[in-house]
This record gives sequence, C-alpha cells and structure tokens, in this order.
Amino acid sequence: MDYKVSIGLEVHVQLRTKSKIFCGCPNDFGGEPNTHVCPVCLGYPGSLPVINEEAIRLTVMAGLMIGSRISEYSKFDRKNYFYPDMPKNYQISQYDKPLCVGGSVEIEVEGRKKTIGITRIHLEEDVGKNTHFENSSGIDFNRAGTPLMEIVSEPDMTSADEAMAFLLVLKQILLYGGISDCNLEQGNMRCDVNCSVRPETQVELGVKTEIKNMNTFKGVHKALSYEIRRQIAEVEKGGRIVQETRRWDPDAGVTLGMRSKEYAHDYRYFPEPDLMPVVPAREQVEQWRRQLPELPVHRRERLVKDYGIPDYDAGVLVADKALADFYESTAKLSGNAKAASNWVMTDMLRCLSEKGLEPAQCKVTAEALASLIKLVDGKMLNMPSAREVFATLFERGGDPAAIMKEKGLVQVSDTGALEEMADKAIADNPKSVADFKAGKAAALQFLVGQVMRLSKGKANPQMVGEMLRKKLGG
Amino acid sequence: MSTLHKLTVHEVSDLLARGECSSEEFVHHLINMITVTDLQVQAYLDVDSARAMTDAQAADKARAAGDKRPLLGVPIAVKAVLNVAGWPCNCGSKILQGYLSPYDATAIARLRQQGAVIVGQTNMDEFAMGSSTENSAYQVTKNPWNIKCVPGGSSGGSAAAVASHEAIAALGTDTGGSIRQPASFCGCVGLKPSYGRVSRYGLVAYASSLDQIGPITKDVRDAALLLQAIAGVDPMDSSSVDKLVPDYLSALTPDLKGMKLGLPKEYFIEGLDPEIDRAVKAAVDQCRQLGAEIVEVSLPHTQYAIATYYVIATAEASANLARFDGVRYGARVEGEDPIDMYGKTRAAGFGTEVKRRIILGTYVLSSGYYDAYYLRAQKVRTLIRNDFVKAFEKVDAILTPVAPTAAYRIGEKTADPLQMYLGDIFTVTANLAGICGISVPCGFTSSKLPVGLQVLGPAFKEENILRVAHAYEQATEWHKMVPDTCCNV
Repeated sequence: MDYKVSIGLEVHVQLRTKSKIFCGCPNDFGGEPNTHVCPVCLGYPGSLPVINEEAIRLTVMAGLMIGSRISEYSKFDRKNYFYPDMPKNYQISQYDKPLCVGGSVEIEVEGRKKTIGITRIHLEEDVGKNTHFENSSGIDFNRAGTPLMEIVSEPDMTSADEAMAFLLVLKQILLYGGISDCNLEQGNMRCDVNCSVRPETQVELGVKTEIKNMNTFKGVHKALSYEIRRQIAEVEKGGRIVQETRRWDPDAGVTLGMRSKEYAHDYRYFPEPDLMPVVPAREQVEQWRRQLPELPVHRRERLVKDYGIPDYDAGVLVADKALADFYESTAKLSGNAKAASNWVMTDMLRCLSEKGLEPAQCKVTAEALASLIKLVDGKMLNMPSAREVFATLFERGGDPAAIMKEKGLVQVSDTGALEEMADKAIADNPKSVADFKAGKAAALQFLVGQVMRLSKGKANPQMVGEMLRKKLGG
Repeated sequence: MSTLHKLTVHEVSDLLARGECSSEEFVHHLINMITVTDLQVQAYLDVDSARAMTDAQAADKARAAGDKRPLLGVPIAVKAVLNVAGWPCNCGSKILQGYLSPYDATAIARLRQQGAVIVGQTNMDEFAMGSSTENSAYQVTKNPWNIKCVPGGSSGGSAAAVASHEAIAALGTDTGGSIRQPASFCGCVGLKPSYGRVSRYGLVAYASSLDQIGPITKDVRDAALLLQAIAGVDPMDSSSVDKLVPDYLSALTPDLKGMKLGLPKEYFIEGLDPEIDRAVKAAVDQCRQLGAEIVEVSLPHTQYAIATYYVIATAEASANLARFDGVRYGARVEGEDPIDMYGKTRAAGFGTEVKRRIILGTYVLSSGYYDAYYLRAQKVRTLIRNDFVKAFEKVDAILTPVAPTAAYRIGEKTADPLQMYLGDIFTVTANLAGICGISVPCGFTSSKLPVGLQVLGPAFKEENILRVAHAYEQATEWHKMVPDTCCNV
C-alpha cells in the first residue's frame, strides 16, 4: 500500500536584537556562564518584564515577509511548567493571540514548486541552558530571556526533502530580513518536528509524533527519514502509532519515545498580568511594510532579468544574501555581469567550500573582484594568471593590480615581444607547422601553447593565436 | 525628647528643618523605642540600625549643605515584601530564608531619592496571604491596642509599628485589603493607591493584577506626603500608568463643601458588627456636617467579590510563587532529582495558607476548569469594575466600613480560613476594580479596639479620598489616641 506523509514544523528562531526580550542584558552568544544576567532574566523576586519593542518589530517584519496577517490585538501569556533552566518556572509566551497569523513560504524540490502554509508566528522568551557534570549540574542563564520567535507551519510537507527545503527557504528569508543571524551552531534556529503517515486512501491525518529540539537541518532530514519509515513499518505490521514526543538519537540514527511523564503537561496558560497587550498601530505596521527587504524569490527573478544570468545561477546566488549582495556589487562595479557570475559561481564558491567559510567571511571585496575582472577585460591579465591573483586575494585580500605586479603576471600584449616568441615557436616546431598547413587545426593550439610557455604564461593567448595564424597564412 | 517617636512625618520634617533635632539623634531615639516596644509588639522582622544611622548622618550632612527635601532624614519602615538592596526580603516565608536582595524596589529608591532613611522591615503574612499576620513563618505580631488581638494583615507589621509609634510611617502592600484592614485594626491611616499609580517593581508579587504599594501613617497628611514620593510611572513596570501625579497636599481642605459622597447599601449588611455600623454611620454624619452631600449608591455585584478575588488572586499566585524552587536562591531541601527537590523544598518552605492558595490557583487554571473559574471570574471582575464606574458618575467618593469586625483574638480564626476570607468583603472590590481606597480611624469598639472608615475613590483620584479622609480626621480626635503599648519613657 502507498502512504501519505504529513509533516509540520515548529521553528524557534532567536531574534537579532541588542538586548534581551524583557530586560537590558545583552543578547550575545557565549560569555562566561551567568554574566549576562540581571534580576529580571534571573526571575528574582519582585522583578518585572518590560517588552523590547525591537523584538516586536522583528517578529512583525518576519510576518510581513511571509504574508502573515498582523494581529490588531496580541497579548502575552504565562506557560506554566517546572524546569531548572526556567527562572520563573513559567515561560512568557503567546497562547491564543499571536502577533502574526497565516502566511506561506514557497519551496522547490526537484524542480517542483510548492507552497507551505504558515499557521502563526508568536514571540516568547528563551530559557537557560543546563550542563551536566559527573556529580552535579550547572545552569547558565545567559541565554534566558533571549527573544525567541516561534514559526508554526501547516502540516503541508510530505517528505524529508520538503522539510529540508522549507527550513532552507525560511532561513534565507530571515537572513534577508535581518530578523536573525540564523547561526545553527549557536542555536539560533531549533525546531520541533511533527510527522504522521496514513494510507493513501485515508482523508483525515494519521496520529502524529513530535520530535523535539532538533538543531541541525541535516538532523531534521535524517530523523524524518527514519521516523517516516518507522511509522509506515508500524502501520504495515498492523500496529498503532501512539501520539507522543520522541527524541532523535543521532549516534544510533533512530528516534526514541520519551517517558510520557516528562511531557504530560497541562501548561495552565493564562494572560500575563505584568505586560500590556500589544496593539501595533496600523501606520506603524505600514511603515515597517515599506521597509521590507526584497524577498529571495523576487531577487532571483530580478537577477535573471537584469544581469542575464541563468536561473540556476541566480538561485545559487540568492541562497545567501551576502553572496547575492557581493555578486550584484561586483557585476555593477565591473560592468561585466557574466564574468562576475562566473567568478562567484566557480572560483569563489569553490574556495569558500574548501576552507569551510561563509560568503560573509570572504576576504575578497566586490571592489577587488571587479578590478580583477577589468584587468582581464583590459587584456592586462590572462585567465590562468587571473586565477593565481584570485587565489592570493582569497587568502589575504588586497588589490589585484598590486598582486599582479608583485607576482610579475602582467600579460604580454607587446606585439614586438610576442612576434619574437612566435617566430621562435615556428622555427622550433616545423612538424606542427606542417600539420597546421595540412589542415590540422589542433596543431595551432600546440604552437600557441609553446608561445605561452616561452612567455612564462604571460602572453595574451588570443593575440598569439591570431599572430600565428597570420604568420602561417591560415 | 521622650515623645519624639510620637510625631508624624510632617512634624518630624518640620522639626529637622528647624534644626531642633538632627536626623541622627532622631533615628537613634526611634531605634531605642523599637528595642523596648517591639519586645511586646513584634512588628519588625529586621532593623538595620547601622545602616539607618549612616543614612541619617548623610541626611544631616545634606541638610547642612542646603538640602530641603521634605522626607530628608525621616525614618520609614517597610514591609518585608519590598526589595531593599543588601537586605533580606523574606516575605514572612521560610522559603526565602538566606536570600539577600540585589536591588532596591522602585518605591524604596524613590523614598531614598526624597532623602528618607529606611529603618527596617516589618512582619507580614507569608507572601501577603492572610488577614491577621498570623501566617508569618517568623513571629506573631500583636495589636498595640490589645496584645491578645491580631493587628490585621497582611501588612500587620507595618500597621502595628506605626500604631505603637515604633515607626513614624511605613509602606505596606494591598492586594485585597492588606493595607486598609490592618490600618483599621490598629487605628492608623492606610492608603491603597489606584492600580498603576505606584510602581510594583521590587514588590514580590502575590497577585500581579491586584497588588499595590501604599503608605500606612499616623495621619492623612503623611499618607499624602508618602504617596507623593512614591507615585508615578516607572519604565521598569509596564503596568504603571503615565498619568500626571497631582500635588496631593494642596488637595487637603478643612471642609467637604461641594463634595458628593456615596453610601453603597451592599456594604451595610447582616454580619456587619453593630458597633462598626454605628461608628461608620457616625462618621458619615460627620462628613455631612463638613458640607458633603450624602447619596445612596448601588454596587450590585459586591456579593460575588470574595469568590472572584480568591479565584484571580490564587491563579496569579500559583504562577508567581512557582519561582521559589530552591534552584537559584533561598532555602533548598536536596532531593533525588530536580522534581523531588522542588517538592521537598516547597513542602518545607511554604506555610499552610500559601500551599492552600497555590493549590487553589493551580486548580482554577487547570485544563477543563479554566473557563468555569478563571474566565468566569475575569468577567465578574469587569462587572464589579463597571459597578464602580457607574457609581462614580454620581459621586466623588464612596464611604464604607473597612472590615465587618474590629480586630479579633489571636488564633480565633486560624482554624477556619473561609471565615478569614469573608473578612475581606469590603476591601477586595477596590483591588478588583483598580480604584483607590483609604482607611481612616473613626472610633473604637466597647472593648477599645479601633474602627476604620473606608473612603473609596475613582481610579487615579487619590486627591478625592485624601481630601475626604483629611477633613474628617481633622474634625475628630481618633487619630490622636495612643495605645498603652507605646513606649512612654
């Protein structure tokens, strides 16, 4: 029998604000444990939360980018449960009046486009972090009070690939909006994965399981692939799927049911009396809407149209905002969009992946790459030499012209010098000359190569080719 | 020098301003009085003589340099639910034993900005849950008028300290009557400001949507002075309201001409002690003689107030008190795992009444019961608020008793919590409605226990109730009476 799979994600995103959501402590990753704390984020007796307006703005911006309706009336609620990393033993979250409602995200898997619905986006506070030692545990509250946005999707995804694509697109959008740094290593994006299967003929969704606290996209993919197989196998052998919370064990490569006691919660939500309802003014929301950055999907279309590059290249470029920004600057500064895309798509991406760097960390500036392109276009450098210059640029940055001179790579376009070398190549290789005259075009390439060797790679290969052709009467 | 401690804040302020006494001398004298009187009354949990003396010396220096702030060098006591940097803030609970506060509550910081000297912390019902101060985990405070009686609560320590002249004035907190009722039981003035008038930052929350900080004083002028110092919006408290704070002293007048005062029939009911009824009615007559027009008003939803209050207050409390878990501060009882530690810590750290309210609050928020209790209570709360809105369309203030009885004997009601809850009937409505109220002495029972008159005013109209209470007080002698327990050296 064939099965339908339904996957929904709850994605927790740490917002890029200067300070925490309810106090003035810095919203910075790291730091010695318990150094970014105050009575408010430690939940000391008598302290009170005050909302960080920037967290509201970023959440609304995220909502606007995915087409959510921004609530005219939104409020905070207390979610009650005991856990050592939670300073107040309740989390300030949003229950029935989230900031953003609805919306959608476009994904593409194997060339097929699909729209994934967004249920809601709400704002809440992050908790601290427990560390377990041999005989004791420690809690670091630096993270407690980090603004956390939860994006809840509809169960619209039908495969691990789609879930992965959704996460990648979402990350792109959030980076474009400056909503979050989306640094997975620092836990900026974590998600809970809901998954169910049902026979193809069944209309209503199957019983779902929830895999909690996934912090890598690859992990989500692997866990989902496993969980889908597990659920189908369970149903195939006549078993029943239990609604439960599961945990991904990356070492064993399996999901495991958690003791239901741990998650059998009645959160006893009720409105947070310490915070006023959030009532975003229409004009304010409209002003934010006008400040929205271009969405990746729109930018991709524009790059194809404005720069005449293939849709595939545009897709690769927009996947990373820093990379697309870099490309556009290079294309504009060099006046050669095609060359810019070739450089970025091949040399730059290869170097980055070899070194395991992000585009934003690249030492080559758009100005530098543009002047490198101009040097090639101006016949000052041939491509092999240009690649050599690029390698140096990538390593330590700097000015391509200076590097070119320093390495003595200036292309020889001086006709006198080239002619001397061409004559020598003709004289030294009578067989190739004869072959060429007999109609073997490849022989000319050999002769060009000889001249390039004589010039130590600095000759302009096009000029050499033309010169030889003329001399040999081709 | 011997009667210095019987002075009011404004009298002390004048005395210091005239240079007849230094703050250092004054505070020294007061601490001596506390040492003697508190053996009997047990109003204070903690007196920081060293710090008070240092602060008094600093005030004297400032005065010598020309500083003329009205509270400069005046000693004030504060309820142990308010955070004072470097001091304990045990809230009358064992679970906060050993906790030292890292910060000043906004109200404390504002008193300090006005030059006041914070002397010590007063006893209270554990986490402000109670009406007699018998729920303190540390000591039983006595009513200065009869040491066999309770001082009221939960700010019983503050009221007893002021009544026995162990404090010139004090801060208390009021969630359902915890300033007004002890003030009434002890024969002091107690003001609960409108919700949002005074910052709650640094007040350890019992019920966040009901809690307010306010003064307990020897006369109404002092209440106005202290309110002036602590009122106003605070960026650290989102529920504080950005409304101009008027000059309260200028609102005080000798008569009540042009004022319309309401008498709600729902507050003069069966169960109201006849002696209280008589004293309050006499006070109403006095107000009429002072020029006020008295009209009857109706607050029809009053009968639901107690039930509404105990649902909302306990629901909020169940979350507010969740943080006392032994993980970060206060007492801890070790356990097998965190859950076990929570259970043991909270079982040992909380008293019976606190546990009762946490359980009740947890219950009313539970899935399946939320709509029937919490949601319903919120709706009734709106009706109660609307009752007052309607009434205040007709009158400037409302006159009622503070409590159905005068102070009762220690131990008399501890066995029957429901009886104790019903004693809050006339005070909880102001908290539910967010309005302001003041208790002012209006007589004594035949057993020489004080009786209080409650004046309720519209939200952010503290000037109305201060004016009524002040004119009435000045036309009577009740506030000048001194209990025998007061040290008369």
